[in-house]
Amino acid sequence: MCIVELQKMRHDRTELYTRAIQPALWLLIFGETFSRIRAIPTGKVPYLDYLAPGILAQSALFIAIFYGIQIIWERDAGVLAKLLVTPTPRAALVTGKAFAAGVRSLAQAVAILVLSAILGVALTVNPLRWLGVIVVVMLGTAFFSCLSMTIAGLAMSRDRLMGIGQAITMPLFFGSNALYPVGLMPGWLQAISHVNPLSYEVDALRNLLIGTPGHLLLDFGVLVVAAIAGITAASALLGRLVR
Amino acid sequence: MNGESGPAERQAITCRGLRHAFGDKVAVDGVDLDVAEGEIFGLLGPNGAGKTTTIRLITTLLPAQPGMVEVFGLDVASHRMAVRRTIGYLPQQLSADAALTGRENVELFARLFDVPRRQRRERVEEVLAAVGLADAAERRAQTYSGGMIRRLELAQALVSAPRLLILDEPTIGLDPVARDGVWERIQEVRRATGMTVLVTTHYMDEADQHCGRIALMHRGRVQALGTPSELKSGLEPGATLEEVFRAYTGDRLDEPGDGFRDARRTRRTAGRLG
Repeated sequence: MCIVELQKMRHDRTELYTRAIQPALWLLIFGETFSRIRAIPTGKVPYLDYLAPGILAQSALFIAIFYGIQIIWERDAGVLAKLLVTPTPRAALVTGKAFAAGVRSLAQAVAILVLSAILGVALTVNPLRWLGVIVVVMLGTAFFSCLSMTIAGLAMSRDRLMGIGQAITMPLFFGSNALYPVGLMPGWLQAISHVNPLSYEVDALRNLLIGTPGHLLLDFGVLVVAAIAGITAASALLGRLVR
Repeated sequence: MNGESGPAERQAITCRGLRHAFGDKVAVDGVDLDVAEGEIFGLLGPNGAGKTTTIRLITTLLPAQPGMVEVFGLDVASHRMAVRRTIGYLPQQLSADAALTGRENVELFARLFDVPRRQRRERVEEVLAAVGLADAAERRAQTYSGGMIRRLELAQALVSAPRLLILDEPTIGLDPVARDGVWERIQEVRRATGMTVLVTTHYMDEADQHCGRIALMHRGRVQALGTPSELKSGLEPGATLEEVFRAYTGDRLDEPGDGFRDARRTRRTAGRLG
């Protein structure tokens, strides 16, 4: 599945370019502006540095959260039925799809990090940390794409999935530490942030990329558990789509 | 090999009291079928007759009750994985990935069917040649004609060397030449490998020409069963298969059913073929 995703990206790169526009705007406009007005206290870290890992996680989230649409499209096109008649287990199909989404996110991550470096964000040069970044992006995208596939299995139609996707994306994004420290949030939003896997993804990325203090072990643990739970749920519901 | 399956022949598919309901709507209502190994068996009937549901039960996409369906002697309810290994399946819709090349499309299914790595390349070449796409293998599927896409999908279904090939309206929306092309390939592979073919179609001429035996389905039940010539002479001397079809399913116009969804899907497939 990952191989297929790479083959597709090789054949058609337009999507890669267009998808890079939105995070670029966030970094350039939102990032530059908020760095200037210093509205968000991020300690010694420049705001743009603080923001870059958040935008990276956000763009991965946006790729992943609508991944279920592809599953529904595949259902409509008969592809899913064909896949499900093969002896490949459901969990393997879902895992393949989840990491295919991860591959897409990584391609995007490269674009964002290159832009960040150009804008002067002080990124790590330690190859082990870069490896960690790859793992975190893959796991985060795997979880959110499985969440999307799970919703697809429940919603059963593209329109409903779009609606639900739109409805949960912004809360996930704003209810996380992607744009601002959790400490600034009101209590109820902090609670949301604590159960939001995106927060752990951002925390890990921030720690790995710009060296802010984080909780790597906890972050990895949460992401691994979330990804496994997501794969389990999505595999259980995948068959529903072709009935 | 066609038709006249005696009890001594091995059965590829055995259905006993096959039944499935979507909510209140009973789609398949007590179907008994025996498809002998090596034959081309046609499943005919109007939209909403239960053909696709029957296929989904046989292919494990819908849960069947124990004792309802056996594929090569394996109960579908309890041996899903083993059953899937024996099946090549071509859905009604055009399902090749347009963004991939012909070869990549086939390679994907070779991997999904666990074709051993060493044999993979050879198998992929073989089936691409078998469907006449060896020259077009490096082109992306979006540049293919409708008939080529169908043949590509046939290659995907054949790459695992299935003992049972299940085709849901394989020639829908194709022009007559492309239809012949698809059927020629199916016949060639069947002659070479002895695989069993279960096919649904709305084209009576195709069923007449290619199927050894035919089951006419209507309202979730098998209404008539036999070789094309048996069915025709059973109605009246000189009858066509289309007249047989009408005779058994003629009351369908006043049926509500979910003909709309079915027709829409069919049109979509036809539309994409252009």
